[in-house]
Amino acid sequence: MKIAVCIKQVPTREWQPRLNDDKTWIREQDVSYEMNEPDAYALEEALRLREKHGGEVVVCSAGPARVQQVIREALARGADRAIHVEDDRLAAADAFTTADALAAAMTEERFDLVLTGLQSDDQGQAQTGVVLAERLGMPHSTIIMDVQVQDSSLKVKRELEGGWFQWIEMPLPALLTIQSGINQLRYATLKGIMAAKKKEIRKAAMPADLRPSQQVVSLAVPTRAKETHLIDGSAGEAAKELTRLLREEARAL
Amino acid sequence: MILVIAEQRDGRLNRASWEVIAAAQTLAKGSPVKVGIAGSSVAALASELATADVAEVLVAEHPALASYTPDGYAMAIRALVDAASPTYVLMPHTYQTRDCAPAIAARMRKALITDATGISGAGADVTFTRPMFQGKLAAQVKPLGEPPFFVTFQIGAFRADAAQKGGSAPVTPVAVQIDASAIRQKPEAPFQEAKQAVDLGQAERIVAVGRGIKSQENIAVAEKLAKAMGAELAASRPICDNGWLPMERQIGSSGQTVAPKLYVALGISGAIQHLVGMKGARTIVAINKDADAPIFEVADYGIVGDLFEVVPALIAELEKT
Repeated sequence: MKIAVCIKQVPTREWQPRLNDDKTWIREQDVSYEMNEPDAYALEEALRLREKHGGEVVVCSAGPARVQQVIREALARGADRAIHVEDDRLAAADAFTTADALAAAMTEERFDLVLTGLQSDDQGQAQTGVVLAERLGMPHSTIIMDVQVQDSSLKVKRELEGGWFQWIEMPLPALLTIQSGINQLRYATLKGIMAAKKKEIRKAAMPADLRPSQQVVSLAVPTRAKETHLIDGSAGEAAKELTRLLREEARAL
Repeated sequence: MILVIAEQRDGRLNRASWEVIAAAQTLAKGSPVKVGIAGSSVAALASELATADVAEVLVAEHPALASYTPDGYAMAIRALVDAASPTYVLMPHTYQTRDCAPAIAARMRKALITDATGISGAGADVTFTRPMFQGKLAAQVKPLGEPPFFVTFQIGAFRADAAQKGGSAPVTPVAVQIDASAIRQKPEAPFQEAKQAVDLGQAERIVAVGRGIKSQENIAVAEKLAKAMGAELAASRPICDNGWLPMERQIGSSGQTVAPKLYVALGISGAIQHLVGMKGARTIVAINKDADAPIFEVADYGIVGDLFEVVPALIAELEKT
């Protein structure tokens, strides 16, 4: 089975945001990056499927030259080769642009299965995977917690809201967006890191005719929406006052 | 004209549909709002929606829509959009919307802005506020290209009870052609993994515990408070990762997003991953030892103190009457 995994390079969780001068994007020179967490789970799932069913795992990423860092990491964890759609404009691209750029480079590969994380930790649009499925002409399912391959079809467990799940069958080829926590992540071994250096990364250009579908007009640190009424006194006094406020002022009890 | 796509599952209207009607009425500033709903048999839900102050309720019914599938609902919602020719299509940012809205927007090649929390400006200058970088930043985003523009709203961003009612809007069927064999996903019936799973999204009150609860044994005191308040018990991610409460009770970006009437956070510091799941609650109470904990930034009422002293006092107070 030929499996593609789309990964994105995003700022680390510890990163403290700083904005560029016109406050329309982040100051990229300050950022340290890592692999988008849900994408790491998608990669792990792809590696497990390859171990069970054979085939190859191809890592696909759209971004500027810096995203080689996460591509190398994915190769070190065990992906066989990579496709890098390289363009500086992809650093802050919307989901349509990213999906179109990936689709242009992926179509000819005729993948049996495409996995992405359910959303990115940077823009968090939760769109790229589904848009990519449309562009590749594949059925899709999102927020997946289990993947079972049966001959030429898939059976997947989709997370619904409120602790509900659902099994869904669909034909291959297909695209799935993977939920964090679906599996236990492996980390790169020294042997894997050495092997990754020899693995192929195919460079692809972004199609020239892509137009953004939305524009970030401004970015800001969120404003504090509320004034907190702090309640003083002993535990007993505070409990009494809070109960009164919840009943009489907030009418929440 | 603005079209709201209401959401139902198994004949029950998702409460977030009313939140999006409220968002549409805010955005409309007088121009007409219509509501569309898709399903196999949704006449009763259409009548319910017709009580909103809207111009029309559009209904796309088809037997192939009995269970949600992205292929089926993308076709049905597309038919509603084509029938209404709106400037905006607004939807709640639910798991269902996340599954099908990008497919519809991709097919139509129209802008889709997701997870919006607010609306600014008017006319051609309308922008939508949405979180980026896990809520560390808020962006003002503008759709580009030709309408219709698709926008999905974060659960709790608008209040369901802010939706203006008093209408008796006409209900109009919209013809939808669905070739059942074109629906590639074959879903089985939804199931719950745990026996007592709850839909926290529908809970009126929630008592949630975080790392400050310290041990699994101490969960009992929070449970007792929840009972006294008529609340559901929930938790932040570390509590569920430790197995002290089941995963389905997790609130936050990797768990559930809720907007109850009352949310009581016990020993929760308020990491952004948690805040995005609960900051839409109408009234938030934080009880925490650390006065600088970010949870106090979203709390309406706060007690800086030891939860193991405050919570028993609170239970005693609630049980007095």
